[in-house]
Amino acid sequence: MTATLPGYNFAYLDEQTKRMIRRAILKAVAIPGYQVPFAAREMPMPFGWGTGGVQVTASIIGPDDVLKVIDQGSDDTTNAVSIRAFFARVSNVAVTTKTLDATVIQTRHRIPETPLSEGQILVYQVPIPEPLRFLEPRETETRIMHALEEYGLMHVKLYEDIARNGHIATTFAYPVKVEGRYLMDPSPIPKFDNPKMNDCPALQLFGAGREQRIYAIPPYTQIESLDFEDHPFRVQAFDRPCGLCGASGVYLDEIVTDDRGGRLFACSDTDYCEERRERAA
Amino acid sequence: MYVAVKGGEAAIANAHRLLDDRRRGDRSVPALTLAQIAQQLALAVDRVMAEGSLYDPELAAMAVKQARGDLIEAIFLLRAYRTTLPRFAASTPIDTAAMRIERRISATYKDLPGGQLLGPTFDYTHRLIEPEMAGDRTVPGAERRPADPHRSAPRVTDILGADAMIEPDGDAEPGGEPTDLTRSPRAYPAGRDARLQALARGDEGFLLALGYSTQRGFGRTHPFVGEIRIGEVEVEVDLPELGFPVTIGRVKVTECQMVSQFKGSKSEPPQFTRGYGLVFGQSERKAMSMSLVDRALRVDEFDEERGSPAQDEEFVLAHCDNVQATGFVEHLKLPHYVDFQAELELLRRMRNEQADEDRHEEAAK
Repeated sequence: MTATLPGYNFAYLDEQTKRMIRRAILKAVAIPGYQVPFAAREMPMPFGWGTGGVQVTASIIGPDDVLKVIDQGSDDTTNAVSIRAFFARVSNVAVTTKTLDATVIQTRHRIPETPLSEGQILVYQVPIPEPLRFLEPRETETRIMHALEEYGLMHVKLYEDIARNGHIATTFAYPVKVEGRYLMDPSPIPKFDNPKMNDCPALQLFGAGREQRIYAIPPYTQIESLDFEDHPFRVQAFDRPCGLCGASGVYLDEIVTDDRGGRLFACSDTDYCEERRERAA
Repeated sequence: MYVAVKGGEAAIANAHRLLDDRRRGDRSVPALTLAQIAQQLALAVDRVMAEGSLYDPELAAMAVKQARGDLIEAIFLLRAYRTTLPRFAASTPIDTAAMRIERRISATYKDLPGGQLLGPTFDYTHRLIEPEMAGDRTVPGAERRPADPHRSAPRVTDILGADAMIEPDGDAEPGGEPTDLTRSPRAYPAGRDARLQALARGDEGFLLALGYSTQRGFGRTHPFVGEIRIGEVEVEVDLPELGFPVTIGRVKVTECQMVSQFKGSKSEPPQFTRGYGLVFGQSERKAMSMSLVDRALRVDEFDEERGSPAQDEEFVLAHCDNVQATGFVEHLKLPHYVDFQAELELLRRMRNEQADEDRHEEAAK
C-alpha cells in the first residue's frame, strides 16, 4: 500500500491555475480597488493563513525573483517563516529579509517602513476583502452597493464612532477610497500604514483565498483614507522612539519584559530596525 | 529577551519533530497499518473521502494516520492533495437504481420491490460497550446470499414518480458541464448542482445541526425518508474517441431521498417534493442531513416563507465547509500584535482623554 505523490510544478500551482489567477490580477489592476472573484485553490496551508497571498505570489513569481515574506512586519514570525520555506521548497527562488533587495514581498498586517520602489510588488494576505462586510453580511447586497457606489453606510459608521467615542474607533483595516471610486479594505494593516499605499511606486496586489477575491492598486494610484473635514484622518503616533534602534515615526511593537509593568517598544519592521542598528554599529 | 520573537525557523522544526514523536507514541506498541485503518476504521475513512471529495481509501487512511485521528485535519490533507490532480473528465451521472445494494430501507413503504435490507447498521444495537472489543475475538463471517441479477430495486422516488405523486427529478442541461465549485468562485444564487456539491463536501456536524433545526421548526419541511440506499455504483465516463461510456471504476455511496409535503401553488398541483443527499462511502447521518438541508434551501422554488438559517443559501453555503471554517477560526492563534497594538493605543488615548475631562469637570465645580 504505497501511494507516491508526484512532483510539484514550479511554485506549486499548475500553469492553468496560474493563468486563471493572472487573468484575475490583470482585471484587478485594470479596475483598481474592485474585488475580482477567482476560483481559489485549496493550498497545503490552512485557509485564513495566507492562502490568497500565497496563490498570488505563486502566480507572479519567476525563477529570477527575490522573495521576502513578513508577518507583523517581521521576517521571523512563525507563519512568515513557514510561507518563505514553502516557496523556497516549491519554487527554489532566492529569499531575502531585506526590503531593498526583494522584488516580491508577501505581507500580513504591515507595509515595510523602507519606501518601496518601481518594479517591486507587494502582495497582501487578506482575511475579509469586503470593507462593507461587518455592516452588511450578505455578498449579494455588498456587490450591489459597490456597483452603485453606495458607501453612505460606511460614513454613517465612522460618524457614529465619533459621536460615541469622539474618535473614529477603527485602528486597523481602515477603509480607503481607491482613485475616487471603489471603497477598499487595505487588509488588517494598522491605519499607520495607510498613507504608504497612496501614490506608491510599487504594484500592490491583494489576495483573499477563502473568500476567493483578488484586488489591486496599480503604481501611483490615489488612495484616500475616509474621514470628515472636521475629523481629518490621523495615524497613530508613538510618544517614544524604538528602544533598540532609536527610530521615531515608525510603528512600534510593545513587548512585555517582566511582570512589573516593564515594557520595551521596538520597531515592528525587524529588517528596518536591524539595518539601522548595523549602520550605527 | 527580544529573541523571544526570533528563532521561528528552529522552533517550527522542533515542533514538527515532537509531533512526529507523539504521532508514533509508545514505540513498544505496534504501528498502525493503513490496511487496519481502512478496514477497521472504515467509517472514519469514508468521512474523510466524502468531505475531502476524493475517493481513495488508501490515501484517506494515510491521511487519518498522519492526522492522528483528527478527521478534519485528514480531510484537509486530502483536499490539499486533490487540488494538484488534473481534472480530465466529468463522469456521466451515476445510476443509483443499478446499485449493488448493501443496505436499503424505506420509511414510507412497509415492503417494496427489492425489499428492505438492513445491512451493516448500528440501528437496533444496544449501545452497551462490549468488553470483547478489547481483544481480538474471532468474528464469524456474515451470512451470504447469491445476488439475483433479475431482482431489481427501483428507487422509491421512481415508484412515486410513476403516479406523478412527486415532482419530476428534472433533466440535466444537455451537453452542459456541471458546476465545479473547486474550479469556479462561489456566486449567489447558486445553481442546485453547486449547492449539492457544497453540501456533499460540507461538514457533517454543521449539516446535522442545520437538518435538525428544520425538524424543530426552523424551516419545517415535513420530511419522510423515502429511501436510503448504500452500496457500490459504477462510474462511467464518455470517451469522445469511442462514442460510448466506459466504466472506469466503482465507488461506494450513500444516497438519501427525502420526500416532503408540498401544498401546491398556482402553477403546480399538490405533490411531494424532493430533498436529495449523496455522500461517498457509508454515511447515513450525513446523507440524511444533506437531504433535509437541500430541501430547506429550495424554499424559493416553492414560494415558501423564508426566515430560518437552513433556508438561507448564502449562510449555509458560505459556512458549511469545515476546511475553510477551521482555517479561519484557527488563524486567530497567529500573531496579531500589530493590530492589537493599534487597539491598545486607541484605548489608552480614550482613557487619558476621559481622565482629562473628569479633571476639568472637577476643577469647574
